[in-house]
Amino acid sequence: MMSDDHKNKDVDEVSGVETTGHSWDGLKELNNPLPRWWVWVFVVSIIWSIWYFVVYPAWPVPGGATEGTSGYTQYKELAESQQEIIERQAAYLERFEDASLGDVMADPELYAFAMAGGKSAFKDNCATCHGTGGEGGNGYPNLNDDDWLWGGKLTDIHQTLQYGIRADSYETRLSQMPAFGQEKLLEREDIDTVVEYVMSLSNGEAANAESRGFQIFQQNCASCHGADAKGDTEFGAPNLTDAIWLYGDRQEEIFRTVYYSRNGMMPAWKGRLDENTIKALSVYIHQLGGGLPDELKPDEDLRNPATPESPEYEKTQDIEIGEEAIEPQPEAPIAKEIEQNLEQHE
Amino acid sequence: MLQYFAKQEKIYPKRVWGKYRKLKWAAMIITLGIYYLVPFIRWDRGPNAPDQAVLIDLEGPRAYWFWIEIWPQEVYILTGILILAAIALFFITSLFGRVWCGYFCPQTVWTDLFVWVERIVQGDRNARKKLHEAPWSFEKVRKIATTHFIWLMIAWCTAGSFVLYFNDAPTLVQSFFEFDVSPTVLAFIIGLTASTYLMAGFAREQVCTYMCPYARFQSAMFDKDTLLIGYDVDRGEPRGKHKKGESWEGRGDCINCSLCVQVCPMGIDIRDGLQMECIACGLCVDACNGVMDQVDRPRGLIRYDTENHMRAEVKGGAEKFRFLRPRTIYYGAIIALVGAIMLYALIFRSPLELHVLHDRNPVFTTLSGGEIRNGYTIKILNKTHEFQTYSLSVEGLENVSIVVKAAGNVSANELSVPADSVGSYHVLVSADTPPAAPRKIRFILQAMGADMQDSYDAKFITKRDER
Repeated sequence: MMSDDHKNKDVDEVSGVETTGHSWDGLKELNNPLPRWWVWVFVVSIIWSIWYFVVYPAWPVPGGATEGTSGYTQYKELAESQQEIIERQAAYLERFEDASLGDVMADPELYAFAMAGGKSAFKDNCATCHGTGGEGGNGYPNLNDDDWLWGGKLTDIHQTLQYGIRADSYETRLSQMPAFGQEKLLEREDIDTVVEYVMSLSNGEAANAESRGFQIFQQNCASCHGADAKGDTEFGAPNLTDAIWLYGDRQEEIFRTVYYSRNGMMPAWKGRLDENTIKALSVYIHQLGGGLPDELKPDEDLRNPATPESPEYEKTQDIEIGEEAIEPQPEAPIAKEIEQNLEQHE
Repeated sequence: MLQYFAKQEKIYPKRVWGKYRKLKWAAMIITLGIYYLVPFIRWDRGPNAPDQAVLIDLEGPRAYWFWIEIWPQEVYILTGILILAAIALFFITSLFGRVWCGYFCPQTVWTDLFVWVERIVQGDRNARKKLHEAPWSFEKVRKIATTHFIWLMIAWCTAGSFVLYFNDAPTLVQSFFEFDVSPTVLAFIIGLTASTYLMAGFAREQVCTYMCPYARFQSAMFDKDTLLIGYDVDRGEPRGKHKKGESWEGRGDCINCSLCVQVCPMGIDIRDGLQMECIACGLCVDACNGVMDQVDRPRGLIRYDTENHMRAEVKGGAEKFRFLRPRTIYYGAIIALVGAIMLYALIFRSPLELHVLHDRNPVFTTLSGGEIRNGYTIKILNKTHEFQTYSLSVEGLENVSIVVKAAGNVSANELSVPADSVGSYHVLVSADTPPAAPRKIRFILQAMGADMQDSYDAKFITKRDER
């Protein structure tokens, strides 16, 4: 059986397979030949890899890599797909720009466009303070609920977004609660009393006109928060009778608010974000769940409800607003209101 | 010299007549007929759906198979089909050996077709061999070019038919004649034409020997009761030439005519015993039976038989074929189980599905009146071919109100979804008297004016489980 015809042929007796002749301590290597086309596949893949080296960026060189004849880079591919997205958006964007807020709310396509755009813009710009779901936090309003400091209609939200709150803008929403304790407007006990009174309102108890808390409230707080303590979105004065407390519902937190006052601030987004983004954000925030009905008609143009288009406005826009400007001015009307309130309850 | 790389030996299968060859022709006609013609069968599904009986609509994305219609999320049906196919393959193999390889495998069927073309153009085994070895001449060029041209045409039809399963067949065929085909379709046709031409024209038995994993693990499904093609060594040996009129005493029935080797598409000698290369096509059985008839010996020197049956015969008794074995029983049981599950899924496939996803952030919102509100994204799958309107309600909460956030004035009693599509809505569920603990609630969706309903269990989260 052993190799008679070929001198070098050495066949393994057990398997009947020819060996390569290599031997390590008596162990021999069998030769089960690979099909020849397999080698050709290997050769073709080598040729392909050479082609790849030439056509695509492949060789690392100082300061980068060879460019390849195709000029392909992933940055270019990214830019191309971004361009594709921008082109796809463009069709909607034009319609969106021409549409009023009312139109957007009525048209399913524009609505979906606004919600998608608003969602991504919210995560980029608003989530830092208001949270990714708009859930807010201590000092940062929850945008999902139905309690709005400056109004929850679509137009209100649009206004707030454009000019901010106590922000660096001529049109910004502005108000200041006095620091009743720090500025010695009220005694510490009086503050305690009025805090207890306000907490009782929030817990749903009826106001007792005879109580000291009621009187302090009417004299000092009612001018902004209203005689019924339901607040006023004109001044950004919160409703004190509801279940929502921006800075916490515990007594010491409310005391702190009355003693030191609060000055929450939101930047103005006009100029930082384009008009379409602000519009999309308005719709998105409104639709988070707390938005109040606007009674908008689809054809009503509410694109820029509070923008003064006069040339003077352009000039004044850049004027810096100092600390002084935020000081509450209208002392006289407050005094008048207090008098009226006192008269009512005597 | 050592050969590290084996050269492919060209195989020229000889023409053969007989029972198994007929079966192979029948299998080829049926399988190729199905493959090439099915895309042209029409099936009326109404105005909002394609009328092709078998269609995979990738852009839709939907899959249609006669009365069955599948959405992407129902792709588990595909999983079921794959499991069924695999187990059915095991089942059949444990009973009858590699009949899949021999009769139905595309590699076998198209190779068989290509060999047939070869034979029609170039003649039978010896003529082909002679032509191949002959020096180049006009005749040789003509015959080989004709063969390859026909092969390419078949390959092109094969590739074209594949693409028809993903497009409306008549439209695509027409656009072919108008030279207006998308680059994707063209790329698929070129790729599949090339692979068919290469695999059936050249690679042939190399696919079974070197590429196919099934050829390698087939023996795991075999047992002593599996039908295999075998050469009856006891009867055949010692083999040798036999002249007419000579006695059959003291010799085997094999006359060493080598016809069984000549007809083999795999180029093996079945008399060497069971081999990995054997695809069990039965052509050697046909060839040998023909020879046995001529020399007036009983048929079946090479035959389909089981090991147990063969051994029993030698002993004198004739044991029956045992089809009922543990192996076949549990393969059968798995097929029945998977088949039943799929049948259930298809019969009770709902034309309406509701899915509810609780908002991640915020998990709940306290409203100014102290009410608790939870937000959910609901998806309504309208699998009918008509526009539908639905009414959504919530079970498990007292004093509940549902607000739908969508364009226009959409109420929970009027959620509409276009035909054959998914509607997505953001709904806010508020409880005026919030429950003390998180609670399981159930969303119920009822189609208006149709008897279709679906429900989805969700959670209503309250302030108490904030921490």
